[in-house]
Amino acid sequence: MLLTRNVLYAAFFLLLTLLGVAALFVLAGADFLAIAQIMIYVGGVLVLVIFGVMLTHKREPQAATDSQQPNRILTLNRNWVGVLLVAMPLFLALYTLLTRTNFAIMNQPSPVWRTTVDTIGKQLMTEYIVPFELVGILLLAALVGATYLASPRSNPSTKHGNRT
Amino acid sequence: METVPSQLFLIVGAALFSIGLAVVLLKRHVIMVLMGIELMLNAVNLNLVAFSRHDPDRLQGQMLALFVMVVAAAESAVALAIVLQVYRHFRTAQLDELNELKQ
Repeated sequence: MLLTRNVLYAAFFLLLTLLGVAALFVLAGADFLAIAQIMIYVGGVLVLVIFGVMLTHKREPQAATDSQQPNRILTLNRNWVGVLLVAMPLFLALYTLLTRTNFAIMNQPSPVWRTTVDTIGKQLMTEYIVPFELVGILLLAALVGATYLASPRSNPSTKHGNRT
Repeated sequence: METVPSQLFLIVGAALFSIGLAVVLLKRHVIMVLMGIELMLNAVNLNLVAFSRHDPDRLQGQMLALFVMVVAAAESAVALAIVLQVYRHFRTAQLDELNELKQ
């Protein structure tokens, strides 16, 4: 994803990464979150991202007729040096910090695993009822807002963009 | 089952966060930047889940990870709608070419 310039390939690599993170959730004993990760991210967000990639494709005239050409939706890159100067020291600092730290909670013996679904359900209905309802309202507002924003307007300045 | 040590989850989370930050900083396509943000949110979720394994009675980390996931989904939906409108207006999705407020 970092190395490719094709946005569509980056989306597919993001799919691989999200599935890998779901597998890590399973290894960490969070079965409900792994399923939620697959359903929300892979099933929802990534489909949205791929739709976005394909809808914001600037068509090049010679590439559109040539079916042998791969679908090139390229991104421009910034300077590599500044990015590496930020990201690599961040990773090295986090790595040294995490390998040297002795977390007190991790020295305790790991408790016997049982399924997290019933605990999450109980928590959602008791302790986290207010954030749960807030998230419901947020999702409703985001859905309505996204459909309003993405709908084609009758504005003459944007009308020609919809027809092409 | 042999349990994976939690430090490894944290290190993978750090690597994912750094890669996501590099993607956000490096790429100039709007959707690439959004994907980098999703990757960083996933790294945070991985850390929360790794620590939540030692808290099986309340599962606070997993609850927070769940809410982060939902908010990330809402954020990406709204952001992609905005990206579509921007693309309709400017006919490009490269961030550096969007340098005027009104065309």
